[in-house]
Amino acid sequence: MNKIWLIAGREYITRVRKKTFIVATLLTPIGFGLLMFLGTYFAAKGGEAAKNIVVKDDSGVLDVSEMTDKLMVYTPSTEPLDQLKTTYMEQDKDILVYVPKFEDFSIKDYEVRYYTEDKLSIKTITDIEKALARQFRDHKIENSDINIDIYNSFSTDITLENGEKLDQIAAGEEPKSSGKTAILIGTVLAGLMGGMMYFVIFIYGGMVMRSVMEEKINRVVEIMVSSVKPVQLMLGKILGVGGVGLTQLAIWLVLIPLIILGIGTIFGGELDGGSMDQFKEAAAAADMSQSKIQEIFSELGSINWGMIIPVFIIFFFGGYFIYASMFAAVGSSVSDDQGEAQQLMLPLGIPVFIGFMMLQGVLTNPNGNMAVFGSLFPLISPIIMPARLAFDPPMWQVILSIVILIATCIFFAWIAGRIYRVGILLYGKKVNFKEIWKWLFYKG
Amino acid sequence: MSVLSIQQVEKQYAGHKAVNNVSFEVPQGSIFGLLGPNGAGKTSLIRIITRITAADRGQVLLNGRDISTTKIREVGYLPEERGLYKKMMVGEHLLYLARLKGLSKQESLESIKYWLDKFDIKGWWSKKIEELSKGMQQKVQFIATVLHNPSLIILDEPFTGLDPVNTNLIKDEIHRLNEAGTSIIFSTHRMEQVEEICKDIVLIEQGQVILTGKVSEVKQQFKDNIFKVTTTSKLDDQGSAYEMAGLDEDGYLVKIQDGYSSNDVLKEIISSGNEIKEYKEVLPSLNDIFIKLVNKA
Repeated sequence: MNKIWLIAGREYITRVRKKTFIVATLLTPIGFGLLMFLGTYFAAKGGEAAKNIVVKDDSGVLDVSEMTDKLMVYTPSTEPLDQLKTTYMEQDKDILVYVPKFEDFSIKDYEVRYYTEDKLSIKTITDIEKALARQFRDHKIENSDINIDIYNSFSTDITLENGEKLDQIAAGEEPKSSGKTAILIGTVLAGLMGGMMYFVIFIYGGMVMRSVMEEKINRVVEIMVSSVKPVQLMLGKILGVGGVGLTQLAIWLVLIPLIILGIGTIFGGELDGGSMDQFKEAAAAADMSQSKIQEIFSELGSINWGMIIPVFIIFFFGGYFIYASMFAAVGSSVSDDQGEAQQLMLPLGIPVFIGFMMLQGVLTNPNGNMAVFGSLFPLISPIIMPARLAFDPPMWQVILSIVILIATCIFFAWIAGRIYRVGILLYGKKVNFKEIWKWLFYKG
Repeated sequence: MSVLSIQQVEKQYAGHKAVNNVSFEVPQGSIFGLLGPNGAGKTSLIRIITRITAADRGQVLLNGRDISTTKIREVGYLPEERGLYKKMMVGEHLLYLARLKGLSKQESLESIKYWLDKFDIKGWWSKKIEELSKGMQQKVQFIATVLHNPSLIILDEPFTGLDPVNTNLIKDEIHRLNEAGTSIIFSTHRMEQVEEICKDIVLIEQGQVILTGKVSEVKQQFKDNIFKVTTTSKLDDQGSAYEMAGLDEDGYLVKIQDGYSSNDVLKEIISSGNEIKEYKEVLPSLNDIFIKLVNKA
């Protein structure tokens, strides 16, 4: 056991102090932040300045001053249309909109014309259409018997909330059942977990495989195995690389939010408040009132983190371990051909893809049959089970899933160890599955 | 007493017996040659001795105890195919290997310092392995083999890739370790090195022992009754007691005919009026014995 830690320590230290590791660990969040920044920047700037629109309104319906917003500045004009057509450019306007006379209030389709030297984007056209339609609607309502306040009250927002939870709150208890917000949080958490597992399995599992191959190719392994058992070497390597992965993820978990926050404060001002306004608008659109935000925080607090975090880490390591040991076995048994190993990685990773695809269905029905199967089947459970954690799965399922996962880890470690100890000392020989099967039963 | 006793050891790999009922003894304090053509089963046998694999049958005793109950640090092994972690520094690499052998950190550091001093490479501690030439790396590998002070050292082709100066350096070190009581198993194809270094040998072919014993006894066993004669004038090609077998730089090689002895040969030459300046037995080289035996098998 002591030797496994020595090996894991070496694997960890030599990787963590490599320049490539440091660069990748620091650059990834910076790149991530840059992406976020550019995304908001372009969205805010839209790549162009506000459009100046001159409106010739023959209908008398429009209240042009009300139409102007950040990206569209509307100015009314009384000049004759034919004259305007030639002069709107000189008046520094980009678009001329002509609204013909309007008498019949029953008309639902109405044609308005525009004149411009520019090519208009679909977005610009629809924005103008919407602004005009709003004006027409208000005008129609004003000229009818309908009270605008009554009209506005027709549209209703429905919130479907867990009655059990509300009952518990009403009874003054700490709510045990999860509400809608918790489901939302669970969904986000599940997606995050699934994505992370996928990343961990292929990036760090691949790292284990390459490192096994390297040791085999440059013959370090010959020197190593006279001091340690091959299976110790393999386990130490898997642990060490897993530690590297955990370190990297932990750094990102801290750095990415910090960088996003930093970019928000540093560049927020330079964007003419644009991006901030956008955030506010988005929040307003999602009806994210103060009380809603408070609810999210209280739901975050009521989620059973004391259970979720340790279980999450167990599945994280279990999933990584199962796949890393498979990849280690592959790395040891292929000959000197890196490409060949890379190719074998894909079929071995298929369960991960399947788990990833199942995630959508599982989130739709977090305690359905598919979800239960997915969270017990050990090649998929590291993706599915953590995703279900926020949905209060039955405790026996969580425990059974962990037991199966650990048993599978031990089984895979045994198989991989058996393949590994023969594979690493075999050179220049193509192996097939029949032969690998025999390796499992070699003595010693 | 034997430092290592191999008893009826067998190891089977997919369809063929790599080691087939092998038994031999490595005497305490000897430099022992483990010989055999490519694919004879030397590496398989060494891997059993170093506990990299286990024998299917038979027993291996180290210092009288079953090898599986002994400590890893009692054996030092320099494999033929050897590498090091390129990105590690010499010092930390040696420390790592020493600790894997079971030495404490303190013991390891003392031993590494001793050996770096000995090979006059104190400054190498913080050099990266990838900065070293192949021969330099080999010195590091040799240190890794001996730094835990094992009672048995197994060296598989330790001189390949070394220049004559470094070859001598390692050779001297082997002798020094041997004088201090360490037993050494030396595996090679280079018969002249075996002859120079080894006191005892075993020859393995197709997984089986075909010859074992002291080098001097083996040579006696395979001697061909050939003698070297140096005379003042030309020697007759054919006498009744001898037959000309070849020429040496400064003499003739004669084979004594069946039923005759050296005295008969000497008498015959002297009676022919020729004067003898030198007369001595020529023993076959290990190389000759090796080729003869392997070809026969």
